[in-house]
Amino acid sequence: MNPIDKIRFFIKENMAIINDDAILNDTDNIFEQGFVDSMFAMQLVNFVESEFDIKVENEDLDINNFNSVRNISLFIERKQHI
Amino acid sequence: MKKPEVKCIVWDLDDTLWEGILLEVEDVKLNTELKEIIHTLDSRGILHSIASKNDYDTALTKLRDFGLEKYFLYPEINWNAKSESISNIQKNLNIAMESIMFIDDNPFERDEVRHTHPEVECIDAVKLNHLLKHPRLNPRFITKDSQSRRLMYLQDMERKKNEVEYQGPKAEFLALLNMRFSIGNALEEDLKRAEELTIRTHQLNTTGKTYDYEDLKNFVNSKKHKLLISDLKDKYGSHGKIGLALIEISKNFWHLKLFLMSCRVMSYGVGTAFLSYIMHEAKKEGKRLRVDFKPTDRNRMMYVTFKFANFKEIMADESGQMLLENELSSIQNIPPYIELIIQ
Repeated sequence: MNPIDKIRFFIKENMAIINDDAILNDTDNIFEQGFVDSMFAMQLVNFVESEFDIKVENEDLDINNFNSVRNISLFIERKQHI
Repeated sequence: MKKPEVKCIVWDLDDTLWEGILLEVEDVKLNTELKEIIHTLDSRGILHSIASKNDYDTALTKLRDFGLEKYFLYPEINWNAKSESISNIQKNLNIAMESIMFIDDNPFERDEVRHTHPEVECIDAVKLNHLLKHPRLNPRFITKDSQSRRLMYLQDMERKKNEVEYQGPKAEFLALLNMRFSIGNALEEDLKRAEELTIRTHQLNTTGKTYDYEDLKNFVNSKKHKLLISDLKDKYGSHGKIGLALIEISKNFWHLKLFLMSCRVMSYGVGTAFLSYIMHEAKKEGKRLRVDFKPTDRNRMMYVTFKFANFKEIMADESGQMLLENELSSIQNIPPYIELIIQ
């Protein structure tokens, strides 16, 4: 699986998706497609850290880095190139 | 630093809970005083579990015969190292290692546990006559929530089992729980429980600061503060009072001085629903929302929660204490599977 598919798969498996027809396109705002509760938020951060071997710092915890499949993957790419 | 109250006692069985070794002598004798002790501690809201090297079915049948089976949550009866059994219990209960106490007659087992988990207080089974007086087993208040704590954990075990077995999407499973989440101003009768929450809650807690009954009573009577308390019920029963928010009101801001949610209900999403509700209310009043945040080694999940709710850090001092602020331009809606009841 490429990173984009991995991220999408993880979100579909773990987030409580509210919109039944959500396809989770790369640019869909996940905060509108489902309910991002504390547990899922933490799981998502842990997933990004362990799956892609990066460290998410406090200043990285910006909603714009995590609100869509594409933004998550762009964020990971940026971190991997530091 | 003073050790926190014990939340769970992990018991050995052979020559600790009963006299004799079950796989050698079938009619082991129950130490009747211990039955009394376990019952008393249970009514104080202290949980019990087991780490025993034994045959699971044989040991469980014996516990049932003694009428004790119902007291033990997530019992670990197997041939693994006890340090590993204790790790499993700690994860299943979602409590800190330092809030576990271990009782065993065998010095080897106590050392093995101590070696891996130095935070765990290990007690020799011959020294139990003063156990009920142990300072870490005497909470300052015993609330309705503490008395029914074991039952709430049992309901939670049932729910978790069903969740693992459920094949469909997560939101569908959550909808089946029929959650009713109520939020209201704390009343005087809630304050003992509110104090208990500030002491016992570490992971979903913005500051870790504890407040006692008198402090909280002053906030309830103050026109400049709001103290909100929340409870959760679902199809398995009540989870009791599980969330607390202390808000200081000023001309332009609602300022969250403390926001916490019991770890027991972490997987229900109600903490985020509680925060969404407060954000909506502050916005209605035309205020912005601020929160004091003090990072600890345990509360990163709460930090992530606030950052993902679009709070921005506007100040931080050397001790790590931060001030976060939210302009409330976008707020997550409370999901349809949580029925919100405002009291």
